[in-house]
Amino acid sequence: MSRSDVLVDADWVEAHRDDPGVVLVEVDEDTSAYDKGHIRGAIKIDWKTDLQDPVRRDFVDREGFETLLSERGIAGDDTVVLYGGNNNWFAAYAYWYFKLYGHQDVKLLDGGRKKWELDSRELVTEVPHRAATSYHAREQDKSIRAFRDEVVAAIGSENLIDVRSPDEFAGRLLAPAHLPQEQAQRGGHIPTARNVPWSKAAEDDGTFKSDDALRTLYGDAGVNFDIDTIAYCRIGERSAHTWFVMHELLGQPNVKNYDGSWTEYGSLVGVPIKLGDES
Amino acid sequence: MAASAGCGAPAGGAEVTDAGSQAIVQGKVTREGAPVSGYARLLNSGGDFVAEVPLGADGGFRFFAAPGDWTLRVLAPGGIKADRQVSASTGEIAELDVAV
Repeated sequence: MSRSDVLVDADWVEAHRDDPGVVLVEVDEDTSAYDKGHIRGAIKIDWKTDLQDPVRRDFVDREGFETLLSERGIAGDDTVVLYGGNNNWFAAYAYWYFKLYGHQDVKLLDGGRKKWELDSRELVTEVPHRAATSYHAREQDKSIRAFRDEVVAAIGSENLIDVRSPDEFAGRLLAPAHLPQEQAQRGGHIPTARNVPWSKAAEDDGTFKSDDALRTLYGDAGVNFDIDTIAYCRIGERSAHTWFVMHELLGQPNVKNYDGSWTEYGSLVGVPIKLGDES
Repeated sequence: MAASAGCGAPAGGAEVTDAGSQAIVQGKVTREGAPVSGYARLLNSGGDFVAEVPLGADGGFRFFAAPGDWTLRVLAPGGIKADRQVSASTGEIAELDVAV
């Protein structure tokens, strides 16, 4: 896996969006952004109503994912190109979902919606029609998803990367700063976790930094590239972006996203928590 | 906001429900009096990215920060980039209007 396998740029999208077998999908933090304008030919997936279980705290299950992709007209051998706002934050989260359920050919538009907008490229409101398919998903690939017990067991033995902002890491904030600070759980971080905010992997325009710059970023923060890695944030979305960087761009073999993240860990009874800026 | 509501915020920023316990930074970005479409990002005192929202239809943004000093960065089409310094305090709304 390397950068050219998993990232495309805007020129590639403009040249290939009408190719058979290429599906553009917008997945945005602001789920109304698509309706105001999107890249021509793109369909929408709503990260909340489409990808999350409406009752339990979990994802749509395998059958739910199959139903979703079938009705959106995505086939198992399609090249799916995901993009979204805020440095592809939620597009990377959806990318991880596609990989979790075994879709082979998934890519991100480097820079996502923001770079597309900052470059003043065309956005349209016309919604394309795609004929329904009969999508077959695989069982979840648990090699890229971490659960709480293995996170506790990883303290002091694997890389734990806390990708939230420094203030959330230290326990001074309980949510990202564009959201109200209302959370029930304790503040702080998992002991031994290194704090590498997810956004540091991206330039201001949302494109990913070079492989060399990324290796320096994580290496300088104390991440050991020779051992396994678990990334977490608050609810597992920002850490999907870091999972993408570590696993898909840098090709690290054993990287998991802990989607329970701080809202689960910080509510567990009896687990260790560290406060302050130190790991 | 419940965990299941995720990290999503609408363009312009989330609604204020309890300003008394929050340290809010908000404002509007305009160009020659007209709202700008683009992005507002909040950087901490070390210059590191903390959060970002698309500007609302009125050019508005809102952040729920911690008390302290912050930098607001505006990004807009045409290579527009503007930084402004702002201080936030709990229970107060720091208003910051930016003309680019």
